[in-house]
Formats: sequence, C-alpha cells, structure tokens
Amino acid sequence: MLSALSLFKAEDGEFSPPSIFEFYPEIVAFADTPFAINRIMMIRLIVMVLLIVIFWLWTAKFNKAVKTGNVVPGRFQLLGELALNFVRKSIAHDQLGEKDGERFLPLLTTIFFMVFGMNITGVIPFANIAGTSVIGIPLVLAGVAYVTFIYAGTKKHGIRFFKNSLFPSGVPKPFYILVTPIELLSTFILRPVTLALRLLMNMIAGHLLLVLCFSATQFFFFQADGLMSLFGVGTLLFGFAFTLFEILVSVLQAYVFTLLTTVYIQLALADEH
Amino acid sequence: MISRILAAAAPEGAETPNPLLPADYDILWSSVVFVVLLVFFWFKVLPGFKRMLDERAQAIEGRLADAEAAQKAAEARTAEVEADKAQLRAESSSIREDARAEGAAILSELKQQAAKDADRLSETTKASLLAERDSAANALRGEIGALAIELASRIVGEKLDDDKVANRVVDEFIAELEGKKAK
Repeated sequence: MLSALSLFKAEDGEFSPPSIFEFYPEIVAFADTPFAINRIMMIRLIVMVLLIVIFWLWTAKFNKAVKTGNVVPGRFQLLGELALNFVRKSIAHDQLGEKDGERFLPLLTTIFFMVFGMNITGVIPFANIAGTSVIGIPLVLAGVAYVTFIYAGTKKHGIRFFKNSLFPSGVPKPFYILVTPIELLSTFILRPVTLALRLLMNMIAGHLLLVLCFSATQFFFFQADGLMSLFGVGTLLFGFAFTLFEILVSVLQAYVFTLLTTVYIQLALADEH
Repeated sequence: MISRILAAAAPEGAETPNPLLPADYDILWSSVVFVVLLVFFWFKVLPGFKRMLDERAQAIEGRLADAEAAQKAAEARTAEVEADKAQLRAESSSIREDARAEGAAILSELKQQAAKDADRLSETTKASLLAERDSAANALRGEIGALAIELASRIVGEKLDDDKVANRVVDEFIAELEGKKAK
C-alpha cells in the first residue's frame, strides 16, 4: 500500500499522504507551557466531559432507583448497568474474585471507559482522531497499571513479591542466571512498555489507515482523471470497512488494556508465581 | 513496521517527531483526564451503582422471602382445612354410628315391649276364656241336672215336675227305706 502511495505521489504531486504531523496539530492555547492545548488535547477534554455527563446521568438513574425502590431498570439504565457490569463481572470478578475485584474496580472501570472513550473519537466525525493516538494517555495508563500491580503485590506479599517474581520457585538454582534477567525484563520492563505501545500503535495505525483511505478517495474523485477516479470507489469502500474495523479495535483495545492490567494485578496477588 | 509506516508517512525534509516521546502538555492533560475520571468513577459512579445493585438484591430477596412466607401460610391453611375436614368426617361417621346403635336399641326395646304386650294379652284372654268355660260348665251342669231329672221322670212315668210330687216321691222313697229297715 505504501509503495502504491509513493507511486501516486510520483505521478501526481498534489496527493498529500497522511504524515506523522497528523498527531501534532497546531497548538491553539497556552503555547510553550505544559498546559498547551491542541486539537487532540481538546478532544480528550471533551471526551472527559462527555463521559462524566453520561455516567452522571446513569448514576442519577441508579440513585433514583434506590430512592424509589424500583428494581426494574429502564432501557437507558440497563445500558449503564451492562456497561459497568461488563468491567465489574467479566473483567474484575472473573480475574480477581469478588473481594479483590471490588478493591481494584474503580481503577479498572476508569481505564476501560477512558480508553474506550478516547479510542472511539478516531471514527467520530469532526473529531476523527483518537485521544489515545498520542503517547500521553497510553503512557500514563500503563504507568498507573505498573504502579498498581507492584502495589498490589507488595501490599500482599511484602518484599517477597519481588523475590517470587524474579526467582520463581521450582527452578533449579543455576537456572536463575538465565531466568531472573528474563523475568525482570518481562515483568518489570516489558509489561508497561507493551501495554502503552500496543494501544498507541493500534490507534496510530488505525488513524493513518483511515486518513489514507479517505484522502485517496478524495484524490481519486476530484483530482485524478478519467478511469482512475473509479479507484475512488474502492478506497471509499476500504475506508468504510476500516471505519467499522476501528470501532471494533476501539472496544477491543480498551478491553485488552483493562484485562491485561487485571491479569497483572492477579499475577501479583497470586501466592505462587 | 509501525516505524516504517511513520517514516514513510513523514514528509521529506521535515524533522520527524518521535511519537514515542511524550510532550509535557500531553502527559499533563492525560494525567488530568485520568485523575478526574478516576475520582469521578471511584466516588460518584461506582458507589451509586453498587448501592443500586445491593438494594435490588435485597428487594428481590425480600420479595422471595415474602412469597415463601405466603406459600407457607397457604400450606398451613390447607393443612388446617384438611384436618378440619378429617375431623368433621370422623365426627359425622361417629354420629351416624351412634344413630344406628340408638336405632337398633330402640327397635329391640320396641320388640321387647311388643312381646310383653302380646304375652299379657294372651294371659288375659286365657283367663277370661277359663272363666267363661267355667261359667258355661256350671250352666251346663245345672241344665244337665234338670234334663236328667226330666229324663228320669219320664222313664219312671210319673211327673216329677212340681216340687210337691218330687218331695212326695222322695218322702215315699224315704219311708220305704224306713219300712224296710223296720222289718
């Protein structure tokens, strides 16, 4: 696809392929301060507000149900229950059990809905870029996950957590020369790195694909001559398909990120590694 | 692969920013969004959600308990009714038994009475028959005496109707007897 892209570029200088600068839109406020705001930061703040509004409405429904003693939820309330119960039951309780699941539920719920909300803006018209497609959110959330699973492990096992992680029992002592560096690398370095990069790269690649498809469609329809413009139909269809795919990826990446965080916590809490 | 895409996607000549290196504002706003959402979910959404679920579980349990109690009450009532019915049945059958026994007693008493009455009646009848027979026999005896005398008088050829003659015959007979004695 990329070689094809450069072909068109060579043929017609007017086609502008997506670039890494997609992810660095111009700063619109507070330039050169840590509070600088560009389009993506704005999208993040809007998503934050929207998440708060919708969950506020759901919470109001829940509180009303408690107050009136109504045990039959309406459609809107049921949707909220489904969303929250997905994280609560299918992720937290399944992996951690009820007790620990409830302990870490606020974090897991936040991670899931934040990642999903930020991901889905990649396919929402006028936003068209995921809030997670710059490294800030993936990095912060991976850092939080990292701190949390180390906290969970040391809270439960104390210093033994590191010993269990780095020197797994049941391994002959000489093998520690080999095993311990691998464990150190995989548990304490690769886990947060993969968490952050998996999310970031999925969103970057998804955005680039969509931009490529739709800008190519634009190019074929309005700038290419004759039969070449028929290619536009194909790229438009691809764009549509990838939009659907991106919706799937948004949910999936939110799920994967939350699930992996949960699994890391679960492994840290487990008695034997 | 991603880095190749990025490299290919970067316009030539421009300095390519590394997407793996975060800008300070990026980290800041990510953290702000995360903290705000975490606090919101932790202290606002999830407590409400949990309370609602607890309330619902409690309400459903309460309703189940109510239903169970109602069912138990219904069962108790049914058992009570059944017991009442059985008692009534037993009572009615005992009443029937009593009535039957009483009826039998009354019947036998009546029978006895009737037998006694019959006995007495037959006794009385027998006594009156005897009395009548006696009186009949007496009457007959008198009549037979008269008839015998009449017959005898006819046989002797003399009229013994009136007492004078009879007395004379008797006197003559006595005198005859005296005379025989004197000889």
